[in-house]
Amino acid sequence: MSPDPVALVLLVPAAAAALLALVPGYRASAWLNVAASGLTFLAAAALFVTDRPAAGDFLHVDDLNIVFIVLNTFVGLTAAVFSASYIGHELAIGRVTTASLRFYHAMYQVMMFGMNLALVSNNIGLMWVAVELATLTTVLMVGLYRTAEALEAAWKYFILGSVGIALALFGTILIYVAAQPVLGEGMPAMVWTGLIAAAPAFDPAIMNVAFVFLLVGYGTKVGLAPFHAWLPDAHAEGPTPISAVLSGLLLNVALYALLRFKMLMAANAAAVAPGPLMITLGLVSLVFAAAMLYRRRDIKRLFAYSSIEHMGIIVFAFGLGGPLANFAGLLHMVMHSLTKSGIFYAVGSIAQIKGTQRIADIRGLTQSHPALGWGLVLAVLSIAGMPPSGVFLSEFLVVTTGFAREPVLALGLVAGLLIAFGALVLRLTGLAFGTPTGRDAPMHGSLAPLWLHVALVYAIGLHMPGPMVEWFRAVAALLG
Amino acid sequence: MPDAAFDIAHLLAGSLVLVSFMLIYQGRIHALLNVFALQALLLALAVAWQAHMRGAHHLYASAAIALVFKAMIVPWALHRMVRVLGIHREVETVVGVVPTMLAGMALVALSILLMLQLTRGAGNPLSREDLAFALSVILLGMLMMVTRRNAVSQIVGFMSLENGLILAAAGAQGMPFVVEISVAFSVLIAMIVIGVFLFRIRERFDTVDTGAIEQFRGEKRA
Repeated sequence: MSPDPVALVLLVPAAAAALLALVPGYRASAWLNVAASGLTFLAAAALFVTDRPAAGDFLHVDDLNIVFIVLNTFVGLTAAVFSASYIGHELAIGRVTTASLRFYHAMYQVMMFGMNLALVSNNIGLMWVAVELATLTTVLMVGLYRTAEALEAAWKYFILGSVGIALALFGTILIYVAAQPVLGEGMPAMVWTGLIAAAPAFDPAIMNVAFVFLLVGYGTKVGLAPFHAWLPDAHAEGPTPISAVLSGLLLNVALYALLRFKMLMAANAAAVAPGPLMITLGLVSLVFAAAMLYRRRDIKRLFAYSSIEHMGIIVFAFGLGGPLANFAGLLHMVMHSLTKSGIFYAVGSIAQIKGTQRIADIRGLTQSHPALGWGLVLAVLSIAGMPPSGVFLSEFLVVTTGFAREPVLALGLVAGLLIAFGALVLRLTGLAFGTPTGRDAPMHGSLAPLWLHVALVYAIGLHMPGPMVEWFRAVAALLG
Repeated sequence: MPDAAFDIAHLLAGSLVLVSFMLIYQGRIHALLNVFALQALLLALAVAWQAHMRGAHHLYASAAIALVFKAMIVPWALHRMVRVLGIHREVETVVGVVPTMLAGMALVALSILLMLQLTRGAGNPLSREDLAFALSVILLGMLMMVTRRNAVSQIVGFMSLENGLILAAAGAQGMPFVVEISVAFSVLIAMIVIGVFLFRIRERFDTVDTGAIEQFRGEKRA
């Protein structure tokens, strides 16, 4: 019997974090970080083929969380590769010190551990602790540069994130209170697989209130408007690999927690349907963020607002529910993670070349840096929803199911998508075309992760592999 | 005897809510910190009483954490921080004390009505009332966070919110992870406190007034 991949997904990052805390040189630790992320990804991929362990009190693996774990570890790996090529230059220009880099690499693995733990946990208490751990580590990394802006962003993220997770905990306690008369005292009333089996017997009134707390609590971490205030600042002021990880992964982890509770709610016929609440929040986030895109002057903030917009679309899709909408939501989540982290890799390189994040100071990238510029063009067109990218495919599915089920709301969805499309294309023409201006420092960041993500997104857009369709269909049915 | 036990638990949980109100009208930071220490002490007693009544010995650990960490170490560290960093001694409010108190009363009424109504069928009366009081403390903590401007009083608001959460977790019969959650929150609070201290927010911003920090928003300068 080979080692258990579930354990490896957790142990590798934990061990790597301990090791990285001891390694002084940043070059060695950067590549060690890549190696550890690569191993974790392999362990995660092995989950597809090995036998799944039976669900225990703490951990379990099912069709749903495998998708999240593999995506999480894959983007974790490419972000580590990008970070290894990128962070050396940040040291050279004095934005970070070797000591803070050592801290950064150790924290990177702690964060991966926290996120993976949240994803494989079968226990709503453990899941909460893991999400808190992942939040804390990202707060520390957002404040890495120690500038006034970075500290303010970290502080805001800290306070809003803490209130969010506090509310999520109250919701978790209420779920326990609802479950305890049915499942008995102690651990059984916190194990998710037990909860979902017994959910029809829970007191619906308590579950309703619990879900409101959970939606607001974890929704803050998903970045849903109006609880999104921390998100643009945290993305803009932290190191770029962390912006990529925040948008591509951490938002998904919070979303995953929300989905698990949504499944509990849906299993109880007497409880309020979670769908309409999620649809409303999703639509508000989408339209609000799309409108805000026009006024952004900072390139990282622009794409942070775009993340809020896309989280809105995903939550809208899951709120609609049903096999097709869930399929669309799941696909959109994967496509958004890949595209958005790719965009942040490009943005990181751009910011290093130009020495600024101001959109107005960046011009004509396709002329001055063709590989980077065209990569950015393809990635941004994808995130704006142009065919033949995978984002187009999933947005098309969301819109068509929307029109079939809720035509009025689907109009709002289309309006939001079009507003966002206009803003992104407007900004993109400025960034990518025209006469190059500004500084032209040599580029350090690797382009491989960006192009790999872009290639994946377009390949899936052109032809979604059969096994992937089958898998997503099964998960969509599971989500109900 | 069971009635007396119930009354004591009730009294302790109820006084947490009262102390939450006391936190709202404190005008000076040092007094605020002392009142917070009192609340943490009451929390420790309430949790220890639950542990004693139910024979749930792991709750003693939560009570001990509340007593040592939140009633002693954190208030001491914050007192020191206020002195060393020379933070304003007055609590600066966004909304006046009287409207805040009125809003607080409305929140307490809301949470008691909501929780008692909600759990009518379920659980024993003690759990129900604990949840109602806990939600009151949580909402009052949030109210304090939004109506205060200093970083220190926002931290106190957050910690009082968290006291409510521990009360709720301890009150939910036989809930596992209460100790783990206490530890997780202690780490969180320690990081907030150390964060303010190490990042020298005063050095950067001249004041721990988050209203002043707001001016540093990346985009406004552009």
